[in-house]
Amino acid sequence: MSFIFPKWANTLPLKVAVGAFLVANAAGAGVWYYLTPKYTRVGYTPKQPIAFSHAIHSDQLGIDCRYCHSAVEKSWFSNIPASSTCMNCHSLVLKDDPKLALVRESFQTGRSIPWVQVHKVPDYVYFNHSVHVNRGISCVHCHGQINHMEEVQHAKPLSMGFCLDCHRAPEEKIRPVELVTQLDWKGAVNGKQLVHDWNVKPGQSCSTCHR
Amino acid sequence: MRYFLTLFVLAVIGVVSALGFRGDKSRKPPRMAEIFPDLNIQPKLRPQTVTKFDGFADGASSRVYPVGTVAQKVGFLDNTTWEDTAINTGRDAKGFVDSNPVPVTSELLKRGQERFNIYCQPCHGAQGDSAGGIVKKLGATSVANLQDQRIVRMNDGEIFNTISYGKNTMMGYAGQVPVSDRWAIIVYVRALQLSRLGAKDDVPAPVLEKLK
Ligand code: HEC
Ligand code: HEC
Ligand code: HEC
Ligand code: HEC
Ligand code: HEC
Ligand code: HEC
Repeated sequence: MSFIFPKWANTLPLKVAVGAFLVANAAGAGVWYYLTPKYTRVGYTPKQPIAFSHAIHSDQLGIDCRYCHSAVEKSWFSNIPASSTCMNCHSLVLKDDPKLALVRESFQTGRSIPWVQVHKVPDYVYFNHSVHVNRGISCVHCHGQINHMEEVQHAKPLSMGFCLDCHRAPEEKIRPVELVTQLDWKGAVNGKQLVHDWNVKPGQSCSTCHR
Repeated sequence: MRYFLTLFVLAVIGVVSALGFRGDKSRKPPRMAEIFPDLNIQPKLRPQTVTKFDGFADGASSRVYPVGTVAQKVGFLDNTTWEDTAINTGRDAKGFVDSNPVPVTSELLKRGQERFNIYCQPCHGAQGDSAGGIVKKLGATSVANLQDQRIVRMNDGEIFNTISYGKNTMMGYAGQVPVSDRWAIIVYVRALQLSRLGAKDDVPAPVLEKLK
């Protein structure tokens, strides 16, 4: 009678264990790395119908964010500017530039420019711009260095963990309200003092953001 | 085992090269929502999006007023003033009002400074003299100089009208600048003009000493 198991079978359990260990860890690492918003969202850069550059308008020309996103201090929603806002200037400069053909068409016909939305929280999340902007939280914390972007790119994960990190420790991010749209501002402030003086208490209970 | 390890390494390399790294630029919309829709996309309308609702023929979720709509109580601060009062139009029965109907305070002036620097400075420059205005730099010669005697002598009401509805090649700012801020901006424009109009005699003697 021959042996039922060949000799190499002695190490098989070990090999299976090592193999399973490797595969399980790789799968775990893959899920952790790839299936979170840090991967799925960050870097999303849709192609926009017009090559509008924040680097030119915000950084080079120094236009304040609120010239275009004029509702950001008043409303939960930060509006994308109407084509008439572009035409304020572009009826004077680059009047006949082909890059702006769509803006002129939209201005004349009243049909909206089909900008592609970049940032969006799920519909079950309650988000509000004005509470943040009027409490000294700058655009840069949630949108990155928009003023240096040729195309708008999703720079932060905007996941629940991301929101809560700041709601637990706003003193690290807070700054004087008039500097909110100065994305390059790097000065130092006494965050603890501001949080205390303005009585800033970002909610952490579920109903703050899920209502 | 060797085959397994080679396959394993190849698989890892394959996945990483196909999926890339965190933060890589990507043109495709984030996928998560489509695999598990959950409550991510609810049948409610968000501003500035597209809708298939039949009632909205142009397909826009943000609506504009129907043609001919007349607002009754709009405008200043608490929405209780009638639309055709001087504070909302810059006019009274006799024409453009002479001076600002809003009480001038230092807060109003501060607010005006902030708003001027957001909405007017790009063209008219930080001093209102249109030097440094970006549009002028690029060859648009028509931007008015707010330090001009003509505008110094202009009624507040007429400037209000210019901000609201524009003038010649300047377009109106009614959509971006609410009524209260328009009056605040006018206060600041007046302050800018005063800063250039001052004479030596206006400076108190002790300060004048120090300036020399
Ligand atoms: C001249 C007008 C203008 C100015 C000034 C401007 N923006 Fe924008 N912004 C736009 C337009 C138009 C879009 C839509 C097109 C796009 O996404 O590139 C946009 C898109 C964005 C978006 C992405 C919106 C989305 O779909 O999720 C963010 C975030 C943003 N802007 C932030 C800023 C910040 C922060 C500043 C100030 C540093 C700023 N913008 C200044 C016109 C402007
Ligand atoms: C405050 C004035 C102002 C506003 C408002 C403005 N622009 Fe511009 N834009 C400029 C100027 C000035 C330039 C020329 C910059 C240069 O050539 O250095 C320019 C350049 C451009 C260009 C050409 C960039 C290139 O690659 O040469 C595009 C496209 C453009 N703007 C689109 C827009 C759109 C879309 C909007 C509305 C959301 C808008 N602009 C609003 C002042 C403005
Ligand atoms: C606390 C984080 C946070 C801050 C601060 C913030 N944003 Fe946003 N922004 C978001 C989120 C989240 C969204 C997506 C909201 C949604 O689903 O509509 C967004 C969306 C936008 C949009 C697209 C339109 C919209 O509302 O969906 C624009 C434009 C924008 N932000 C501009 C700004 C500007 C300009 C500032 C600074 C003045 C700013 N944001 C500050 C988190 C922030
Ligand atoms: C960089 C810091 C920061 C980030 C990031 C941030 N928040 Fe906030 N949040 C604040 C501060 C500060 C307040 C103001 C608290 C106050 O006024 O007392 C606030 C207030 C709020 C409020 C209003 C709370 C209330 O009591 O009414 C909501 C809702 C909210 N945040 C939602 C979010 C969501 C959703 C996100 C993630 C997309 C987010 N926040 C990300 C700092 C932040
Ligand atoms: C500061 C705001 C904030 C608070 C407070 C908060 N959430 Fe969230 N929550 C979010 C955001 C933003 C998302 C969407 C995350 C995403 O899309 O990546 C979310 C998503 C979720 C989801 C869905 C996750 C998924 O992927 O389907 C659940 C469940 C949830 N939250 C439960 C809770 C509970 C329970 C609490 C209270 C302990 C809570 N949240 C408090 C902001 C908040
Ligand atoms: C896009 C560039 C631009 C911006 C921004 C702008 N203006 Fe003007 N403005 C002009 C131009 C161009 C003229 C000259 C109009 C003409 O007579 O052809 C002008 C003219 C004026 C005049 C003189 C009108 C007259 O009766 O001759 C006043 C007053 C004025 N602007 C005030 C303002 C105020 C206040 C703001 C801020 C809310 C502002 N402007 C923002 C471009 C601009």
